[in-house]
Amino acid sequence: MTTSLKQFGITAACCCALLLSACAEDKADKAEQSPKVTIDKNPFPSQYTPLPGAPTVITGVTILDGIGNKIDNGMVYFTNGKIAAIGENLDIPAEATVVDGTGKWVTPGIIDVHSHLGVYPNPSTHSHSDGNEAIKPVTANVWAEHSVWPQDPGFGRALAGGVTALQILPGSANLFGGRSVVLKNVPDRTMQEMKFPDAPYGLKMACGENPKRVYGKKGGPSTRMGNVAGYRQAWADAENYMRAWERYEADYEAGKNPTPPKRDLNLDTLMGVLKDEIRVHMHCYRADEMAVMMDVMKEFGYQIYSFQHGVEAYKIGDLLAKNNVCSAMWADWWGFKMEAYDGIRENIPMVHEAGACAIVHSDSDLGIQRLNQEAAKAWSDGRRADIEISQQEAWIWLSANPAKSLGIFDKTGSLEVGKNADIVLWSDNPFSTYARADKVYIDGGLAFDLSDPASWPVADFELGQVGEGDIK
Amino acid sequence: MKSLLTICLLATISSSALADKLAIVGGKVFTGSEQGTLENATVLINGNKIVSVSASSAVPEGYQSIDASGKYVTPGLIGAYTQLGLVEVSSSAGTVDASVSSNPVSSTGAAYDVSYAINPDSSLLAISRVEGFTSAVSGISRSDSLFHGLGAVITLSGTGDSVLKSRAFTAVDVGNGGADSNGGSRAALWVMLEEAISEAMQVSTAAQLSPSSQWHGLNSRADVKALKPVVNGETPLLMFADRAADIRQIIAFKQRNPKIKVVLVKGMEAWRVAAELADANIPVIIDPEFNLPGSFEQLGATLANAKRLEEAGVMVAIGMETHNIRLATQHAGNAVAFGMSWEGAMAALTVNPARIFGMSDSLGMLKSGAKADVVVWSGDPLEVTEAPEVVIINGEMVEMTSRQIKLRDRYQRRVESQQTSQYIR
Repeated sequence: MTTSLKQFGITAACCCALLLSACAEDKADKAEQSPKVTIDKNPFPSQYTPLPGAPTVITGVTILDGIGNKIDNGMVYFTNGKIAAIGENLDIPAEATVVDGTGKWVTPGIIDVHSHLGVYPNPSTHSHSDGNEAIKPVTANVWAEHSVWPQDPGFGRALAGGVTALQILPGSANLFGGRSVVLKNVPDRTMQEMKFPDAPYGLKMACGENPKRVYGKKGGPSTRMGNVAGYRQAWADAENYMRAWERYEADYEAGKNPTPPKRDLNLDTLMGVLKDEIRVHMHCYRADEMAVMMDVMKEFGYQIYSFQHGVEAYKIGDLLAKNNVCSAMWADWWGFKMEAYDGIRENIPMVHEAGACAIVHSDSDLGIQRLNQEAAKAWSDGRRADIEISQQEAWIWLSANPAKSLGIFDKTGSLEVGKNADIVLWSDNPFSTYARADKVYIDGGLAFDLSDPASWPVADFELGQVGEGDIK
Repeated sequence: MKSLLTICLLATISSSALADKLAIVGGKVFTGSEQGTLENATVLINGNKIVSVSASSAVPEGYQSIDASGKYVTPGLIGAYTQLGLVEVSSSAGTVDASVSSNPVSSTGAAYDVSYAINPDSSLLAISRVEGFTSAVSGISRSDSLFHGLGAVITLSGTGDSVLKSRAFTAVDVGNGGADSNGGSRAALWVMLEEAISEAMQVSTAAQLSPSSQWHGLNSRADVKALKPVVNGETPLLMFADRAADIRQIIAFKQRNPKIKVVLVKGMEAWRVAAELADANIPVIIDPEFNLPGSFEQLGATLANAKRLEEAGVMVAIGMETHNIRLATQHAGNAVAFGMSWEGAMAALTVNPARIFGMSDSLGMLKSGAKADVVVWSGDPLEVTEAPEVVIINGEMVEMTSRQIKLRDRYQRRVESQQTSQYIR
């Protein structure tokens, strides 16, 4: 208090000397300005450190670069965590470790955009069930990263299947389930040590049966129209909140001393979406519902980066392409509820053929271990339906498109010079059931080596238990 | 182009299929029998029966040929443990006959009988049979009681009478799930199981169960009747467990009751007691992909389970699914990727479930006299990229369509069509 009075006195004296009354008024206001209130957008920063790596070249290998190209008998060289060269014949420094890839295949690391590892971990006890804040339909205030248990043995299993990065989503009980987090699949002590540096946050939303089932007898929504009313009201509230902050910032910049809006963690997240800082990933099965959601998106001026599951995406491939919305899908899950009743095996290739962005996802602690096989099934089912897609093109579903939808394609998701060395060496063509991940590199560090049991992650939970260190 | 060829092949055959003599020529044939796997072999079908499997490529007079060169030929696959015919949509969509809540007819759950509930028009049957599954074991997945009723073996032909064998088995969960619904502890569950079984053994005459006689048993009268074939060793008792300690209890139960045909189901830690299971002649039905500790009874789960069981000489069947029983080939393929033999994995999808459920005279093998359930595959059935091209059930070529294929065709055609979707068929 004394400080501000003193400042006022000094400033007033200064302005009087200039005999500018308007100035005096402005300066007086500025003098009264409290420190500007801003929102820390990264209060839980990544503490990720890459595994140690050595300059490495894989030789004589079949390469799918993840953006549609195939190189037979190729080489890939990586150093300092980045891909340094890729091609048929490379000049490689003598000190590089040489990995003979004869008969083997190399691809970019698989990125799963739909995982609940850590938030619905194994063992799946009630004590660990931390994926759905199912207390009210709008909980954009919760962040999945605060539920992630890094000791979930599922991370290590997924690594053995070639998964190098993954998005952990809240569940689908709520219209707005909360923020997602993107992790590097290097199992460690804390979530922050796995957190993918500079990956944008996602926001999980959900269509259809789940919210109405969960809230039907708890105050609603109990219908699909109730769901949509819930999304729209929340976006309207977010617009209001965003305007309040904009007003605050404008007033502050104008030298006034405005009162900042009351912080609202729920609306913080929704505002982040409206500013295109946070990406919507929306659980939605039915074609007609996805069409409605793309209208809601346009009404409030945000982008849906992906529909999750999109079991009926094949019905509206044209609409998905036009609206630039990815669809993250299973190869063949269907029938477990009405909105999954129209699932078909050609969903992924049909979406691809329509020119829309297709992604293979898991939503499963088992499926995440074999996403290459999910893509293989979709690829071959498409061919039997006369949809000709090459294997090198199909790999886009596993790495590049996931990376694009998550906003990390500038860093990973393809084998291109300068990108993170997130690489899988497969024992065989990864479109075969019999292929296994031989070596998995993340940022150039060897995170998994099939031939070296010491490199197989063992979660704290598994230490001293039956099966510790066994082949999994 | 491939699909076009298949369509042409089917068209040719179906116009002459009434000849009802088929010769599948030139394929790599997994027989499931002592004949093993034959290259360039011929399978002859007359009516609804297999006539022969031979390494010769000669086709006798009067047989319609199906060219299987470069392809694989197998017995129709058997869903080893499913709820096919008992469920259409699992959740929030009306009655699911695979789930039973308490009913006065039964106190221990043994009496419930799925053979009354099988629906041959279920869309799952066509969706599964075009993927090479021609029959399935189907049973109750959830009951509040000790036993999960009586299951059936069904054909997936979709014809009026789907039940090949009713009252084919009884099931009991002796793991966490069973404990949770029977007093919350194995300490209650096992005593109840022993009592229920010994009660069924003690009843020897129908008169003891007549409505006019006194009955104060733990089982209802109907339960005792249902348990008799189990205690007499006529039909198997499926026992669900994962933990090695529970499996040891099952082995001890078998030793106490040598007559009972015990089958272990799930068995994530079965590999830890593989030798004992082999000695006790207990077959195992597994999903080999389970490799996570979903609970404290599954700590030892590993993809090497199938391999280790096979090496110990345990009979293994693979295929625990319903809507996606078609993925059992992928599960078996992954068992091979983790060390199981290809022949063993194929047997796990065919002859082994047939043997476990007492159906090997007719199902699961390509041999003279067996039911003509045969599949011609584009390649190795365990490769996720291969698929059936011809499916024969009971000697008849299956129309290779399903609700899913019709949905696909509609929306593929819609791209080029001026019509709105509901007019496209």
